Amino acid sequence: MGLLFIFVEMEITKKLAHKNKMVMAIIVIVFLGYNFFIYTQEPPIEAQKMSELAILGEKIYQDNNCTACHQFYGLGGYLGPDLTNVISAEGKGSMYVKAFLNSGVKTMPQFNFSEEEKEALVAFLEAVDETGHYPIYEAAQNFGWVSIKYKK
Amino acid sequence: MNQKIPFLFLLLGLSALLLGAFFGVLITLQYIYPEFLKETLAFNRLREFHVSTLIGWLILTATGGIYYYISKVLNVPLYSKKLMTIQFSILLICSIAIYFSFLFGKMGGREYLTYHPIISFPILIAWIVFAINYFKTLVGKIQNWPVYLWMWGTGIVFMIYHFSEAHLWLIPSIRENFIRDITVQWKSYGSFVGSWNMLIYGTAIFLMSKIKNENTVGRGKVAFFFYFLGLSNLMFGWAHHTYFIPTQPWIRIVAYAMSMSEWIIFLSIIISWKKSLNQQDKIKGNFAYKFLLATDFWVFVNLFIALLISIPYINLFTHGTHITVAHSMGTTIGINTTILLASAMFIAYKENAKIIESNTKIIKLGYWLFNVALVGFLTMLMLGGVARSKWIFLSDKATSFGEMQTSIQPLIVVFLFFGVVLFIGLLFISIPLIKVFLNKVRKEKSL
Repeated sequence: MGLLFIFVEMEITKKLAHKNKMVMAIIVIVFLGYNFFIYTQEPPIEAQKMSELAILGEKIYQDNNCTACHQFYGLGGYLGPDLTNVISAEGKGSMYVKAFLNSGVKTMPQFNFSEEEKEALVAFLEAVDETGHYPIYEAAQNFGWVSIKYKK
Repeated sequence: MNQKIPFLFLLLGLSALLLGAFFGVLITLQYIYPEFLKETLAFNRLREFHVSTLIGWLILTATGGIYYYISKVLNVPLYSKKLMTIQFSILLICSIAIYFSFLFGKMGGREYLTYHPIISFPILIAWIVFAINYFKTLVGKIQNWPVYLWMWGTGIVFMIYHFSEAHLWLIPSIRENFIRDITVQWKSYGSFVGSWNMLIYGTAIFLMSKIKNENTVGRGKVAFFFYFLGLSNLMFGWAHHTYFIPTQPWIRIVAYAMSMSEWIIFLSIIISWKKSLNQQDKIKGNFAYKFLLATDFWVFVNLFIALLISIPYINLFTHGTHITVAHSMGTTIGINTTILLASAMFIAYKENAKIIESNTKIIKLGYWLFNVALVGFLTMLMLGGVARSKWIFLSDKATSFGEMQTSIQPLIVVFLFFGVVLFIGLLFISIPLIKVFLNKVRKEKSL
């Protein structure tokens, strides 16, 4: 009786192991297809590819780790404000950005950027600004879902 | 096997925990006193010492534990001691290189991986070395793997994948499209956090099966159901971080649906709650179990917060505020850290019960300081998040960002107080553990 019980248990365990491998294979295949779409998707906006100057600006942004304090689309550190729409926001813009870069503030060090570097940073912020809106003040919600406003 | 290396992993991990917590106290001081260290080590560099060091704590301690459990508890001889030594040496050298990168401001990476990207290459090699050693050691040696072996294996493989994915921005076609770039970036972060969670949650299940001495834990249908649910969330559930990035709507819908599947996990926790309470008496006095009970509590709290903020309409108000930080710190401190402390406690007790028993009082005090301080710590973050959200959505446009920051200063001061208490609690818990592991390293002859 004991032997029969062990045999049945072994058979169940074997079947379970086989089933687990099958489930794993299916999930991995779906995952690979999903990744392919994510890597190749075109966002539903008309923003241009970033210019070389904007890419240089992004590099300066990374080299100085601006993300430690600032965010884009709410992603980043919280010591400074979100910069997604700092260029198009009322009362702000490229001169406003440059003024901060020149002087620094209480919490932000003075980075001593050259004029070219400041131009590049502004070009990067302009490119980001063209991609969308954040924060989203006009959000329609339905069953917890939020439809966001895309930039045309 | 080379006995020293798992203990060296654990020692380095525990040192990273204390150092990372100390850096955390320093950066909070910078929030309160903006001039503090501003000229020598400004916030943009000091914050990265804190973040990277604590990621080191999670990964090094989980890895040390896995090596120890395979060789000393499961009694499976390691495929290669040399590979384990190589992995440790690479990670040690990379840790030093990362510190130099921050110290001299030679950064250039992305959030969480802000060090110079060249350092990522040897780190990737170290993970591949770990994968080879892990699978060569275990495949064919243990029949019908229990769920924790699956979890460790998938954690390692997916860490390699998502760590590489986090560097796709180096490819020009990804980088020149900002929306695609930021989407891939945060996809990879969500998933590599999921990957180290696999290593750590696998450790929790392993510990439960050994503490309760029940081999059925981690072998049944239910265990695998939750494993696959967790794995699917790792793969597809990341995008609740990016609901408001203008990607294709289907990406956001998939993320919403996947995130909501976690309510099943939440429900199962409530159902099993009573059971675990009944078992408390049986295992009274076991510190590893005590830490796992704290994990249970923090899983409950954090999963509830995570589920709420995964609802897009709630996320709209919490995203980009300190509520998100409360969620991520609650997970890494409340859940991951308590599991890894349980793991270190389990190993230390097995190796030198005397040291742990002679420090019972101080560990207990540390345990309570840690848990009580964490409640206050997270509460302050939540309140700070509410204040920031109110400023974003309800304030008049005349209130500047600086004024809003000044208004939350009192919360940050209380947050600092709890942070210091948390650090002291961790110190009380870690010192006896460090003593045990140092003794082991000194006694073992071979390196």
